[in-house]
Amino acid sequence: MASKRQFRVWRGDENGGDLQDFAVEVNEGEVVLDIVHRLQATETPDLAVRWNCKAGKCGSCSMEINGMPKLACMTRMSSFAEDETITITPLRTFPVMRDLVTDVSFNYEKARETPSFAPPAGVAPGDYRMQQVDVERSQEFRKCIECFLCQNTCHVVRDHEENKEAFSGPRFFIRAAELDMHPLDAKTDRKEYAQAEQGLGFCNITKCCTEVCPEHIKITDNAIIPMKERVVDRRYDPIVWLGSKIFRRTS
Amino acid sequence: MTELQRFQYDVVVIGAGGAGLRAAIEARMAGKKTAIISKSLFGKAHTVMAEGGAAAAMGNVNSNDNWQVHFRDTMRGGKFLNHFRMAELHAKEAPERIWELETYGALFDRTADGKISQRNFGGHEYPRLAHVGDRTGLELIRTLQQKIVSLQQEDFAATGDYEANLRVFHETTITELLLTDGKIAGAFGYVRESGEFLLFETPAVVLATGGIGKSYKVTSNSWEYTGDGHALALRAGATLVNMEFLQFHPTGMVWPPSVKGILVTESVRGDGGILKNSEGKRFMFDYVPDVFREKYAETPEEADRWYKDADNNRRPPELLPRDEVARAINSEVKAGRGTKAGGVYLDIASRLPAEEIRKRLPSMYHQFKELADVDITAEPMEVGPTCHYVMGGVEVDPDSTQSRVPGLFAAGEVSGGMHGSNRLGGNSLSDLLVFGKRAGEHAAAYADSNGPSTVAQSDVDAAIAGALAPFTNDGENPYALQHELQLVMNDLVGIIRTEAELAEAITRLAAIRERVSRVQATGGRRYNPGWHLALDLRNMLVVSECTAMAALERKESRGGHTREDHPEMAAEWRKVNLICGLDGEKVTLNPQPLPPLPPELLNLFEKSELKKYMTAQELEGHGG
Ligand SMILES: Cc1cc2nc3c(=O)[nH]c(=O)nc-3n(C[C@H](O)[C@H](O)[C@H](O)COP(=O)(O)OP(=O)(O)OC[C@H]3O[C@@H](n4cnc5c(N)ncnc54)[C@H](O)[C@@H]3O)c2cc1C
Ligand code: SF4
Ligand code: SF4
Ligand code: FES
Repeated sequence: MASKRQFRVWRGDENGGDLQDFAVEVNEGEVVLDIVHRLQATETPDLAVRWNCKAGKCGSCSMEINGMPKLACMTRMSSFAEDETITITPLRTFPVMRDLVTDVSFNYEKARETPSFAPPAGVAPGDYRMQQVDVERSQEFRKCIECFLCQNTCHVVRDHEENKEAFSGPRFFIRAAELDMHPLDAKTDRKEYAQAEQGLGFCNITKCCTEVCPEHIKITDNAIIPMKERVVDRRYDPIVWLGSKIFRRTS
Repeated sequence: MTELQRFQYDVVVIGAGGAGLRAAIEARMAGKKTAIISKSLFGKAHTVMAEGGAAAAMGNVNSNDNWQVHFRDTMRGGKFLNHFRMAELHAKEAPERIWELETYGALFDRTADGKISQRNFGGHEYPRLAHVGDRTGLELIRTLQQKIVSLQQEDFAATGDYEANLRVFHETTITELLLTDGKIAGAFGYVRESGEFLLFETPAVVLATGGIGKSYKVTSNSWEYTGDGHALALRAGATLVNMEFLQFHPTGMVWPPSVKGILVTESVRGDGGILKNSEGKRFMFDYVPDVFREKYAETPEEADRWYKDADNNRRPPELLPRDEVARAINSEVKAGRGTKAGGVYLDIASRLPAEEIRKRLPSMYHQFKELADVDITAEPMEVGPTCHYVMGGVEVDPDSTQSRVPGLFAAGEVSGGMHGSNRLGGNSLSDLLVFGKRAGEHAAAYADSNGPSTVAQSDVDAAIAGALAPFTNDGENPYALQHELQLVMNDLVGIIRTEAELAEAITRLAAIRERVSRVQATGGRRYNPGWHLALDLRNMLVVSECTAMAALERKESRGGHTREDHPEMAAEWRKVNLICGLDGEKVTLNPQPLPPLPPELLNLFEKSELKKYMTAQELEGHGG
């Protein structure tokens, strides 16, 4: 079943690099990460790549495959035509470290700036009570595997280094939304914060982030739009603002 | 001159999985300046892959559950080879550790009355696993990661520096522990990105490096699982216990070949999935061993009733402990009743409505759809055993988690004793939390009265030379050598073992040892996976030697150690731990008596049950 297929793999570092051509054996059922591993085991032992789980669970193996941001471990070779050359490049939005590995520290910095969960006062560990329907909205966002493909895709930062400072990106909008929708989170200004500090206003709802999310999180519809809408409501209507906290279930 | 960055810490935690993060949280909360080091990015450690859940006797679903029942199940699962004290602490403290996660922001699935929901799993008498769908490990690691961030935010508010008291050094690998006067004094390693070297001077090191599964060809484990912590401990003078016991998870994917070994969560069976051979027979009823006979259903009808009415029916045999199920699948395949790809069928499609399957097992649905083109709501999965978890690990004091080396602590999969000869599903995630916390607490207390530490320059120079050696070696490509090692372990030290094969394995490993010392890295020092593997190989090798030697020595079959030539469980062997150490380069193996169960724990069991495991003399302490 094995056949030789054509690959172009970007190799280099922050000082530059180029696409190198390889003809690599491909077997039935293989994914792009298998091919990268085969290259490591044969021609290029020092080819740099990140991976861990090989099952779409850890979000390590993000790269661009024929220009599309993807998880290499979930991109099957059978999704390409037999004679198609497959081009593998590092994520474009983050600085290259080496070969297919980029410096994703932008994301860790934004994570560190996003206010954490605020536990409700006076509720002892073991006494948290929440209904399944109420946790499900936040749970959708907690499926995030931090592959940062959405961050990589969003046009606000993709070719605009200058926006990075003020813009946290879709991954951290869903984090803010997750906490906003958390039935017991004690902080009441998640939306205002997203607007004022995370740069939610830069987002013009193109939905590109949602399209690339391997966890199929509806980033735009379920997080960004509700966060935007309610920021507007609250600004003009103090009653709505109060109500949204008071009527949240606590038992 | 090779550049070296130096750091001073009170506590250095090696590993950023559940155990490491929980330890670091505790050490930082005790006021200690703490570093966390991990080979991968922050949030990507193996724990992220755990699916099914975390076992804790909270009694939310069945109020009969309590720590005593959990303790009993754990000891049974481990065939009474567990260190009783670890199993006891684990069963007692797991609920608090889970509840604590909610105060960090975790969102577990809920019961109808709003508590944390709990699911059934193999070997657990009651529904006991706190879970979030089938991505519990992700929830656990993200929660701990976010708690770390929140502590860093507190430090930022107080000092203007996020990293004042708690810093994560990710994509950094420790290659040596350094001692001064027989005590821990530091840890040495390299940064993957730059290839630069780091020295952490510290009185206390917590090992939380996880397992060793990458020494096997078919495994659910990632590249990180090269037994680094096990090997670091050995080289520092600590000891390993239970290394012959490896858990082969019964259900790994078998097709397509490139994903062979990837895990299919036990929750599939916990939620009703059944195993069938190629003749369509539900075969597990033929494999219930005597020690478990009373607890498991004899007919499919009874087994099916159990899902609705667990109090009046016995459990389906698909939910036997993992070692039993893995051996059963192995036997079916060997007897020619396997699938073409060498597995058996795991069927959930005919058991639950499609909607329900997608809801309860979303990531399994996704995994099979994307990787195998199989729709698990419509067709059965093909599964077979995969190397999954090492019960063996660093021998520690149960209460403090300290090893034989002062200042060296270990928690999580890298430590040994807790699970005996076989771990129950779900008992790892709770183990990480219980003993991670203890490790952090005791490492912090130890640092109070020890340190600051200094490391001898000659030791640092030796560590640098060792790390750079592959660049000047003229031996083989590390990938080829790793592949060979994996085959030896897979074929000769696998699920079913024999004296002749184990002896051959030891001979072959000795030959590999010589080649490992000459393995060559090409390219430069920056993010060079070939170099990294070259350094990992010596760890994989020494740990494999421990496993093979202990497996040859233990002449019985128990849990994750099955000897075709000694198929019975032997009460005399239950009293023995095999302890691996290192004498220079040579692995040593010594028997050591297991501490006896104190009467109050012994009395938690019926005498008739203990008789299946223990000698008459041991039962004298039993009250009933
Ligand atoms: C697919 C899968 C599913 C599982 N499902 C379950 C489940 O449902 N329930 C359950 O209880 N258990 C489950 N387990 C087992 C459980 O997930 C692991 O045993 C557990 O997560 C191990 O956690 P840990 O904290 O000990 O180590 P890990 O999470 O593995 O972390 C190890 C850390 O150590 C670091 N490290 C290793 N070596 C070095 C070094 N030399 N230098 C620096 N850092 C180093 C790594 O980078 C990593 O950060 C599962 C395991 C797998 C593989
Ligand atoms: S929807 Fe908003 S956040 Fe998402 S990609 Fe478009 S602009 Fe970026
Ligand atoms: S939201 Fe989706 S695309 Fe973005 S980091 Fe998380 S998993 Fe990746
Ligand atoms: S390797 Fe984990 S997502 Fe690809």
